Amino acid sequence: MHWIRIERYWEGEFPEVKVKFRPVLCQQCDDAPCEPVCPTYASSHSEEGLNSQIYNRCIGTRYCANACGYNVRFFNFFTPSWDKPLHLQLNPDVSVREGGVMEKCTFCIQRINAGKVSAGIQQRPLMDGEIQPACVQSCTANALVFGDLADPDSMVSKLANSPRGTKLLEELGTKPKITYLQQGSWDDSQNR
Amino acid sequence: MTRKTDNSLTTDLLRPVLETSTKFYVTVAVLALIVATGFSTWFYQIYWGMGVTGDNWPVYWGLHETNFVFWIGISHAGTLISAILRIVNATWRRPVTRCAEVITAFALMIGAMFPLIHLGRPWLAWWLIPYPSERMLWPNYRSPLVWDFFAINTYLLSSLLFLALPAIPDFALIRDRTTGWRNWFYGKLSMGWQGTPKQWHRLESAMHIMALAIIPIAISVHTIVSFDFSMAVVPMWHSTIFGPYFVVGAIFSGIAALIIVMAVIRKTLHLEKYLQPIHFQNLGKLMLAMSLLWGYFVFNERLVTWYGNTPHEMAALWSTQMGRYSPMFWTMIFCNFILPFPLLTIRKLRSITTAVIASCGVVIGMWLERFLIIVPSLSYKGTPYSWGTYMPRWPELVIFGSSFAAMALLYLLFSKFIPIISIWEMKVGEHPQIKVAAKVQEAEAAGDLV
Repeated sequence: MHWIRIERYWEGEFPEVKVKFRPVLCQQCDDAPCEPVCPTYASSHSEEGLNSQIYNRCIGTRYCANACGYNVRFFNFFTPSWDKPLHLQLNPDVSVREGGVMEKCTFCIQRINAGKVSAGIQQRPLMDGEIQPACVQSCTANALVFGDLADPDSMVSKLANSPRGTKLLEELGTKPKITYLQQGSWDDSQNR
Repeated sequence: MTRKTDNSLTTDLLRPVLETSTKFYVTVAVLALIVATGFSTWFYQIYWGMGVTGDNWPVYWGLHETNFVFWIGISHAGTLISAILRIVNATWRRPVTRCAEVITAFALMIGAMFPLIHLGRPWLAWWLIPYPSERMLWPNYRSPLVWDFFAINTYLLSSLLFLALPAIPDFALIRDRTTGWRNWFYGKLSMGWQGTPKQWHRLESAMHIMALAIIPIAISVHTIVSFDFSMAVVPMWHSTIFGPYFVVGAIFSGIAALIIVMAVIRKTLHLEKYLQPIHFQNLGKLMLAMSLLWGYFVFNERLVTWYGNTPHEMAALWSTQMGRYSPMFWTMIFCNFILPFPLLTIRKLRSITTAVIASCGVVIGMWLERFLIIVPSLSYKGTPYSWGTYMPRWPELVIFGSSFAAMALLYLLFSKFIPIISIWEMKVGEHPQIKVAAKVQEAEAAGDLV
């Protein structure tokens, strides 16, 4: 189960093959098709705009995953178990999902919460780029950017509004929050 | 047609209730064993997890959902057909109605099991019930699955009522003809039926109201089942045609199931005198009409998708026309259209046997239709990288098989406790001069109705 996957597409015939790839994770849609179909509100919109999955409320109809146009929701077909001492590798901030519930990319909600808590303790607003989901942190090429879309001055807002930006399967009308940037210059004035 | 006396009619139709052969016990034992196997398989699936089934990313719905739609479809045999036949006052309906209503009740119960069986955590299914909770948590009324829950329960409740109401005079008949536990048991069931004109009048009005009310309920049920699919932006699912398409398919498969069941009870309960070729012929005509209507919907659905030519829909469409799922698609077309058409239209070919052959074809074809609606769309949705396949594994197949045994078992037990042909309705048909209406007039004249 991979909450983020690298989709690879090949163009052309062998030896002239070009590989294109794209990381696909939960698009955190504003009009998410997974949310209204859940009979128990396990899949619901958080106040900050995340598509949250409430594991304890999930009864496992898998309807949300069928409605999702991106196939980024995953089902626990079995209750997971780890041989000792591998159980120690589990992140204590992330709950282990039992068999029969759906799960998906949370945008590392535990990191978001931790960032908000530490900023709250220091009585200061969150800084742009202070919170990094695991995928952003581990990307050596800085290809992934995370931040507050509601703040027009944040790095992620600027990039999302770039003319290079595209949305995945935009025709579904799901209003995804994730923006993919096409090739071009960092300076948008040179992209037009 | 020889005239049957009241007495021979009553003894004929009561025989299955009052006399039990060893064959009956053996059959019940065998069927119960198969049903028990099905339940054990379900517990096995609950114990290990849904992973023992063939469901996988991204095809999260497979055989269990197919069976759900299939059985809910079969359930439209009964109540809907019998209600329509009652309203248009088709006299040939008399021996058919109860057979049909029983199918509805049991097919609904079996069909409603499958959403539970396919749940990841079925022990929490009661969260769909809107009960007042201290945490103020309600089911999500925007979810088609919640609509399903209400629609199916409404239909189940009303079809049970529709089945029980006209059985009351027959319960009273058995009560009057038996002693011991049967007298007590049927006495309770008949709820003090004495056969007074006032009671007949009330029964008739109640049946009229129920027959009128149950048609919109039945249509809404399968429309809502279709909403499970058409509400999602999934290729080939997101279609406005699904509501009527599903209702027509449901009635189609329902009639087929009814013909098969009638042929079986005709042989096993020796009801040749009552279930005559004319009944099979008339139902066959109805099925033919449904076959044409169904073919029309399939043509519409496919043509519009093909003409629209959007890439993601074409992938799902071609997989059923020429690709991986095409053998199933063309078998479906054969079973639902090419096979029944000559069997039901050519006069020389019309017989009970051919009607049963056509019906078997339709039941198989309609099951394939449900599968072809659910699985190919899920296989070919989203980005091409995430396309997938589905192959059922044994737990699904065992549960699927045992659902048929469950149907047979429930039907068998029912026919053991309640005459499968409504005795009083047959008698009304035999003696038009004592029609209930006349009795009611009589009662009105006497000032008995208040």
